[in-house]
Amino acid sequence: MKLLTLNFLTCARKTCKSAPAAFPLHPKEAELEQVETDLNALFITNMLPRLDWEAMKILTTELGLPALPTETPAPEALLADDGAPSQVLRDLHVLLMETSIASGRLECGSCGHGYAVKEGIANFLLPSHMV
Amino acid sequence: MLPTPSTSHVNYDRVYEPAEDSYLLLDTLSASPETTFLHNHLPPSTPTPLVLEVGTGSGVVLAFLAANARHIFGRSDIATLGTDVNNYACKATTRTVNLAITGPKSGEAAVFCGTLDGDLTSPLRPNVVDVLIFNPPYVPTEALPDSNSAEEAVDRSNLSPNEAFERDSRLLALSYAGGIDGMETTNRLLEQLPVTLSDRGVAYILLCAQNRPEAVKDRIRLWPGGWSAETVGSSGKQAGWEKLSILRIWRP
Repeated sequence: MKLLTLNFLTCARKTCKSAPAAFPLHPKEAELEQVETDLNALFITNMLPRLDWEAMKILTTELGLPALPTETPAPEALLADDGAPSQVLRDLHVLLMETSIASGRLECGSCGHGYAVKEGIANFLLPSHMV
Repeated sequence: MLPTPSTSHVNYDRVYEPAEDSYLLLDTLSASPETTFLHNHLPPSTPTPLVLEVGTGSGVVLAFLAANARHIFGRSDIATLGTDVNNYACKATTRTVNLAITGPKSGEAAVFCGTLDGDLTSPLRPNVVDVLIFNPPYVPTEALPDSNSAEEAVDRSNLSPNEAFERDSRLLALSYAGGIDGMETTNRLLEQLPVTLSDRGVAYILLCAQNRPEAVKDRIRLWPGGWSAETVGSSGKQAGWEKLSILRIWRP
């Protein structure tokens, strides 16, 4: 599961849906995997406006990854002067597209429930008493 | 004709095998009325759309959408994601999509975020899904299979052949058994749409004749917020018992 996915996920419990603390989910004991992929500059550029930058910063800190800039980069910052992808864009590509969670768990900051990740697949199924 | 993604690696004893309903989704979403709609609805300069398939099974539909993103959506900056309650289906989908998007035409393809083991859209944040696809368990049945018992069995090793067969049967039943009117699971998904879809969100849901698609459309049109529902694809016009149709549900 690409790290980017966490931008779209929250706790599966109904009672946590509107709780601000349920996003982002916090990776615990996460084993990360780097999978080399082609750089898609357009994808990153158009994804930027819908990235929750604060959440991405929390994730990089918690995972011990290189820190992100304090503020969301401006669109101009993604291209170097010669029109080639900038270092900022390359760093985002490595973080969002090439870094995957292979195993561990994703913990809700609101209810504390942990969702196991095995073989890259996070399990969001809840026992019936927790739905 | 765009190629159908390969699913030859999938074990159909426990994962739904691509069938007429899957192919109707492929045909409808890759033909000109829907591609034109999607190109206009998600213009290239707008933020990267998130495409979610609920209940991916083998992954054939999601793989097709991902591999042919430029043709279908008019852009290849598309993020794709799948969910399924069957862990075997999640693994199958991940493999099917990754196979389909790598290769000589990878520049045409979307980005695949992954497959989540979950109930419908429950792991998703509100208002993030721009295109949602659902080929539901639509066959009317007396009762819905118990998804929890099926999942608990997956985690147990050393099942006897009999127990393994029963687990696999339950997993397959989850892919087709729809309860009353075949609508019990679809109704739960419909309830989630106004929350899950973004403002520009559009859902494609497959129904059979016994689901009474005309009544479903009428109901959606009464939702607060100005929703539209139209039939954009159909098959089995010979009055067969499983005449299929695809609804497009969105806020124009």
